[in-house]
Formats: sequence, C-alpha cells, structure tokens
Amino acid sequence: MPALTAEQIHQRLSAKFGDAIGPLSPPKKDPHFTIAPAKLLEVCRFLKSDPELAIDFLQDLTATDHPKDGVIKVVYHFYSYKHRHLFAAKVHADRANPELDSLDPVWKSANWMEREVFDLFGVSFKGHPDLRRVLLPEDWVGHPLRKDYSEAGGYRDISNVRDNPLDLYLNLDRMVKAQKPAPAPPAPAAAAPAAAKPAEPAKGA
Amino acid sequence: MATSMDEMKGYQHDPGASTALVTTSTNVLENLINWSRRSSMFYLLFGLACCGIELMQTGGPRADLDRFGSVPRATPRQSDLMIVAGTLTYKMAIRCKLLYEQMADPKYVISMGSCANCGGLFQLSYSVVKGVDKIIPVDVYVPGCPPRPEALTEGFLRVQELVKREKQKAKHRPQRAPTDTGAGYAVPEA
Repeated sequence: MPALTAEQIHQRLSAKFGDAIGPLSPPKKDPHFTIAPAKLLEVCRFLKSDPELAIDFLQDLTATDHPKDGVIKVVYHFYSYKHRHLFAAKVHADRANPELDSLDPVWKSANWMEREVFDLFGVSFKGHPDLRRVLLPEDWVGHPLRKDYSEAGGYRDISNVRDNPLDLYLNLDRMVKAQKPAPAPPAPAAAAPAAAKPAEPAKGA
Repeated sequence: MATSMDEMKGYQHDPGASTALVTTSTNVLENLINWSRRSSMFYLLFGLACCGIELMQTGGPRADLDRFGSVPRATPRQSDLMIVAGTLTYKMAIRCKLLYEQMADPKYVISMGSCANCGGLFQLSYSVVKGVDKIIPVDVYVPGCPPRPEALTEGFLRVQELVKREKQKAKHRPQRAPTDTGAGYAVPEA
C-alpha cells in the first residue's frame, strides 16, 4: 500500500469521526489539523489499528501555551514506518484545567513525552501509568513554560539573585562624586558666569 | 625533582625564615605536607556541560594535567579538588552539594567557565543556579565559555599556590564567610 498524503489521511479521518476532526492547515504549512479532546484516544486507537493508516510511531509530543485563547495546544507528530507517511495533530486543552487522555496505552513513546509536557505545562494526562516530573526536581513549584509563569525566587534556599558586579563600580562612581562636590562647585559656579558673559555679547552682536 | 626538593625544605625560598637559617620542625613538616598535597591533587570528574569536554582535554595528552600530579578520580571520597565544569541546574545543585560534602578535608573547588561562575548564558533561566558559589565555597574562578585547557591549567596552578601557603595550625581551612551572593549555603535534607 502506498503512502497517503496528508489530505488523504485527513479525509479518511473526517469521514470516520466527523466533527471531531478540524479543518486541514493551509497548504504551505506542515500538514496538521485539530482533534477534539474527547475523541483523542478513540482516534489514536483507530490510527494505529487501521491498515491503511498504520501509524506505528508517535514521533513527538509537545505543547504550546496560548493564554489569550485560553488553551494549551498539545501537538502530536505521527509517523508510519510501514507506509512512510506522516502528519501532525493538535489538541486544544482547556488552560484552566488541562486534562487529556494519555496515549501511553497506544504508543509507549508517549510515556516520557507526556511527563515532560506535564512537567513544563501542567497538562495532566488521564490514564498515564507514572505521571511525575521528568526534568525539574519533584518539589518544584509551577510549570515554567506557561506564559504567565514567574519564578518563585530560587529553589529551596538557593537564592536566584546575583549582584551585578558592574553595580559595584557604579556605586563607587557615585561615592566618588558624592565626596568630590565640596571643592568642585565653586569652580563651575565661577566658570558659568564667565562662560555666560562672552555669550551675551555674541547674542547682542 | 631537585627544585621540588628545594621547595620541600621551604626555608630556602622563604626570605623571612632564611634569616633565621634554622626553621622549626613544624615549618618543615608543614612544607613537606603542602608539597606532597599539592603534587597529588586528584580532581573529581564533574563535567556538567560543554566545559566537561575542555576538562577532558585538559586531562588529555596535549594539556596533560597529569604532569602536575593531578589525575581524575571517579569518586568524591578519593578527590581533593572539585572542578565544577558546566551549567549547574537547581536539580543538580543538590547533588553537587552532596558530592562536595563527601570529599575529605582539605578540599578545594575550581569553578570552571561562565555558567559555574555566575550562571553565564543561562543566568536568566528559571532552572539554572546563578553561580556555584551559591551552594559551596569556591577557591578559584576560571572565566571563559568554555575556558581553554591552558586557562584551566592556570586555574589549577593557582590552587596549587593556595595549598603551598596553607597553615596546618588551623586544622581546617578557615571557613569563608558566606557573602551576600553566597547566602544560600545550607541546603536542607532532600
């Protein structure tokens, strides 16, 4: 069986799942479409079991945060070693309470990638066998790749502030300036009228 | 070898002591200990990032840190010197502190490269420690991104200078007072 184009894959899925599959992306972009969160697991089981699609590899699983739209878009990249075709799908998770079905029962490669998305975006995956942080320490607070993340001020009692050594020199400058003025002001005061006087005739002339 | 033996005697290089001609036995012993100690500074293999590659080069045949009697050890318990080579994340910082505590006194630390010095390129990142001196006392900072093997070798020679001046009277080295930047010394048990 030949490799399917993204359009063919999209048509095939649309025919089977209807509204759960969103429209295909504009032609110049990497082909992708959205899948409704409720139907995700069902669609993925079909992707793997259908002989014409035979998606046997989940290449990549990542996410992007869109606070204005109130969604976290979880991006799946699928590949078929059997037919050598590929496409991407996006699933919009509600930003306030992001929860999706885990794809670990379908493709084992989803395991750590879902843990990473959980770690950095806080998307929780239902049915994941071991949903723990994978990159950050386990007692870390917050999900740093969210747009509204702000640092908690270091980790445990390690401060995350480091003085800029240039500030020291700036302060030295200020200290030197603060000490100097005592002899300094008379000179500019004397110089200013002197400078002003030649200027007046120049104006008059 | 002859130079080293001269250094070992110590008083020949110490103008203050040479006037007395005869030095105390403790002084000689001190020099002997410091000489042997600085001539066998085993360093802990602690490559964290790309600086680790330069660290390997420094230990390799061209830069050859071995000619100063320094060879890598794979365990902190046999190491005298910790070369923190690379970006230190908060997760790793806990391990770094643990490894440092496992080393036997007297112990020395070289902070190698911009990342270990101050966070470097990744200073604004949420997960990177802003300098290894936030968690352990550092003796020598080697700048560079990454430093060339020559730079690290010089850093190592500076540590040797430190050891040379060490006084055994103070059984442990005087603890560096935690500076404002190194305030976060104590890391609670995990």
